[in-house]
Amino acid sequence: MLTKRIIPCLDVIKGRVTKGVKFKNNIDLGDPIEMAIRYSEGGADELVFYDITASAEHRPIDIGMVEAVARAVRIPFAVGGGISSLADMERVILAGAEKVSVNSLAVRNPVVIAEGAKAFGAQCVVLGMDPVKSGKCPSGYEITTCGFRELTGMDAVEWAKRAVDLGAGEIVVNSVDADGTRGGFELEITKLIADAVSVPVVASGGAGNPEHFVTVFNDAHADAAIVAGMIHTGDYTIADIKSAMRSAGIPTRMSW
Amino acid sequence: MTAIVDYRAGNLTSVRLAFAAIGEAAAVTDDPAVISAADRVVFPGVGAAKSAMENLKRTGLIDSVRSAALSGRPFLGICLGMQILFEHSEEDGGVDTLGVFKGRVRRFPDRAGFKIPEIGWNQVHEKATGNDGQMKEFYFVHSYYAEIVPETVGVSEYAGVEFTAMVKRGRLWACQFHPEKSGRVGLALLKEWLAC
Repeated sequence: MLTKRIIPCLDVIKGRVTKGVKFKNNIDLGDPIEMAIRYSEGGADELVFYDITASAEHRPIDIGMVEAVARAVRIPFAVGGGISSLADMERVILAGAEKVSVNSLAVRNPVVIAEGAKAFGAQCVVLGMDPVKSGKCPSGYEITTCGFRELTGMDAVEWAKRAVDLGAGEIVVNSVDADGTRGGFELEITKLIADAVSVPVVASGGAGNPEHFVTVFNDAHADAAIVAGMIHTGDYTIADIKSAMRSAGIPTRMSW
Repeated sequence: MTAIVDYRAGNLTSVRLAFAAIGEAAAVTDDPAVISAADRVVFPGVGAAKSAMENLKRTGLIDSVRSAALSGRPFLGICLGMQILFEHSEEDGGVDTLGVFKGRVRRFPDRAGFKIPEIGWNQVHEKATGNDGQMKEFYFVHSYYAEIVPETVGVSEYAGVEFTAMVKRGRLWACQFHPEKSGRVGLALLKEWLAC
């Protein structure tokens, strides 16, 4: 049976992993390569790296880091942040990443999803989205860009469907409201999107304990879930999450 | 020397780095002469079967890849590289492929609760023994699958379909999953192939 994936997320600023709440008050957590190795050996099913200030600083993603990760780990990883063209996507993939996550760029220029899918295959193109609760959109969720700073007026579910039509192979739903709170995933928007699209959906934002993963897989139909603060700080391990999943009867990879 | 065939079908970096991690300096090449002379040939691939076949034709690699697969030398097809070894793929309206293995490649059926592509770690069990104790998990990314054929040695299951996860004929091996991205289990398989 296909197992549900646990994906540690490493937010990187200037070559260091950091963690903040709602993209603010970031604290230093360590070296991205050392952390990638530790999580890979600790049971991570995949990794994701976001160069979180690249977009705002209008600079390309740190390719040296992507190459170093590719040399260091033998599990799949995605990279996002500062991807502003097809050429950027190609650099990341040739550096050894399996997937490229596009977010603000895809909102500004949706055709990049189609171009990326045609050039590298849909499985390489991940749409990251940062929805926030909003009365202005039919689904009740509006897409934000640039690290939650800008509202777009776009409905989250409509955007997800359109992205899949364009060729996105996977969608990461990162709830602005839940991000960094450790109060649990935002189940409503995760389920709305998981049920609306044919491709896998990754829940993101808000994980605080292992039971939150059981809930997001059982109740919100996520195919994978992102974990960050709760393991970065050492409060829990990936094995803790997987043990809870196994106890709840959720398929998970237990040997690594 | 181990040659990794470069036919512009996806990223070869992970495959090269995985071999490097087990001490094998594999060469990425699109030169038919290098492929013909190589002791071992790796035929990777991600993306779509039709454009991959077009790339193979355009780069003049069809004959050298087919010959290498049939040569008795160690040959390893990975993911799309495995699918192309079969006779035909349904992808993009259908395309005839290399025909090294009899059998067809089909799209997973649309079934409630099963997303396409299948992305993630899935179990593979040995077909010959049906022994669940031999089950291992590998990383898969695919929307199409090869049907089970007499040479199938590893079987996996998704969307209600049992499919070929791994096929072997002598030293010709091919797998649907990505051993280069399947952690220790994947590296162990690559080592086993290097020793075959």
